Amino acid sequence: MLKVRELIKDFGKVRIINSATFEVNTDEIVSLVGPNGAGKTTLVNLISGHIPPTTGRIEFLGHDITFTSPYRRIKMGVARNFQITNLFADSSVLDNVRICLFSTYGKIKRCFLPANYYGAITQEAVNILDMFGISDKKDLLPPSLSEGDKKILDTSMAFALKSKFLLLDEPTSGVATGDKFKVMDTIISAVKKEKMACMIIEHDMDIVADYTDRVLVLTEGQILADGRPKEIMEQDDVKKILFGVTS
Amino acid sequence: MGLKDFLLKPKFFVYLGIFILLMFMPKVLPIYQLMLLESGITFAIMSLGFNLLLRYTGLLSFGHGALFAVGAYSVGMMGEYFPEMYRIEILIPVALFASFVVSTIFGFICVRHTRVFFSILALALSMVLFALLVKLYNITGGSDGIHIELPMMFGKSYEGVKRFEFLSGAYYFVLICVFAASTIIMLGIVNSPFGKTLQSIRDNEVRAEMIGIRIRRYRLYAFILSGLFTGLGGAMWSFVNGHVTPEIAEWVFSGEIVYMTLLGGFMVFEGPIIGAILFTYLKLYAVSFTQYWMFLIGATLITLVLLLPEGIAGGFVKLVTKIRRTPSTGVA
Repeated sequence: MLKVRELIKDFGKVRIINSATFEVNTDEIVSLVGPNGAGKTTLVNLISGHIPPTTGRIEFLGHDITFTSPYRRIKMGVARNFQITNLFADSSVLDNVRICLFSTYGKIKRCFLPANYYGAITQEAVNILDMFGISDKKDLLPPSLSEGDKKILDTSMAFALKSKFLLLDEPTSGVATGDKFKVMDTIISAVKKEKMACMIIEHDMDIVADYTDRVLVLTEGQILADGRPKEIMEQDDVKKILFGVTS
Repeated sequence: MGLKDFLLKPKFFVYLGIFILLMFMPKVLPIYQLMLLESGITFAIMSLGFNLLLRYTGLLSFGHGALFAVGAYSVGMMGEYFPEMYRIEILIPVALFASFVVSTIFGFICVRHTRVFFSILALALSMVLFALLVKLYNITGGSDGIHIELPMMFGKSYEGVKRFEFLSGAYYFVLICVFAASTIIMLGIVNSPFGKTLQSIRDNEVRAEMIGIRIRRYRLYAFILSGLFTGLGGAMWSFVNGHVTPEIAEWVFSGEIVYMTLLGGFMVFEGPIIGAILFTYLKLYAVSFTQYWMFLIGATLITLVLLLPEGIAGGFVKLVTKIRRTPSTGVA
């Protein structure tokens, strides 16, 4: 589904992504792990079109999307959330999700009837919020939410885009430890139900092991290892980078 | 569903009440006051458009005077060059078309930037139009402007009728109907999916782009819509004023538009309407009161910004929420 070939991104003289090559298959849930500063978020930014790469090639469903606009990528089915939550601060929680749905269904040009008139879409937005467990907060403004709820809202907005490939940048950071697995359960079951492929950046190795089919280990801008979670975590070089253990 | 909800809200009855009240104004107000009210209403139509950009898209335009002038001048020039088509049913669409064309051009250039860069670009473009209106005096009448004759309205000619009779008669009712229609349409726009899209761009353009909104294009749409309302206001104003001069394209008038909106309170939908009507009276009374009227206007603005930053409507809304909250929670 997604093919990344020898992708390079330089910021000035610093090479953040250094010839990364990997693939994500249909229906697959992949996790991307790596130490701080490895370039994980940059990789998400490159795939989602938030920033352009220096060289390399990104293919999605057989189309070259290396330099296409974020708009085109979203219409093709690439959606993302944000690690540092990125919400519409002056719109209610419901509207945050609803605007994503309006965008998905191509209704953002409708300018005569009030948004509430679109009952089916409003209901669907409520359902999505319900699924993620924050529908009771639908009339609040995002700044009044807890950090964890903001994060969940951010993810549910990305989910509302009904993409084929979902990029989740640390969906559980800021979420209370006890709720992490609940949130992941929600995300993963939703992703599986919609038959999406998904790439998750995650620091919690338990989550990586429990929820994902495959792990990509990124360090200094390169893919160091690629394989099943259990096998990968046994490798010495991975242990050294992720846990600082030498054996 | 949405419409029914709205019809049951108390707000709707307030609107209806105001509309009916306005209907009786020609019987109550002396003609001089009525003309002031009429020019206030035309400014209100314009400020509705202005606030679509400021409140809902987050773009502060310092060049809306130019778009207002386009509406007013298209009426004037139609009278000059196509007198046989000088009917209000034709003039309004022509004014709308002219403002559509000009605001598309202006918008195309301006929406490449936001914040102060947008404001300055809009200001610069409006001054270009101002210069053209002054310099092309063969076409536009230069700084003398153009006299606006009374138009034909629905097949009825008003030749020989005095302007004040025209303004306190049929035209007044046409004006408030146009005003009511603009208010309803704008209310629809700001609550529609399109309006929500604009607000999401205002709140967070990075995220807006990442949920599949082409932000520049939508800013342009907002600019054009805003220009249409402004042009409509300009066209309706030209009949009230009876004369159009290039001054309305100058930055001073653009500044007054911003002032009106701030006076009423741009965070509330109805704010700019209140501001526009109030400003008309404020300015006139300041002028008649002292020759240093600009000082008075400026002092008002300073007081407003310091004491009532949300404007009159914003302050009122705040007061109401405070009063409502106090008894239920018991906390002042």
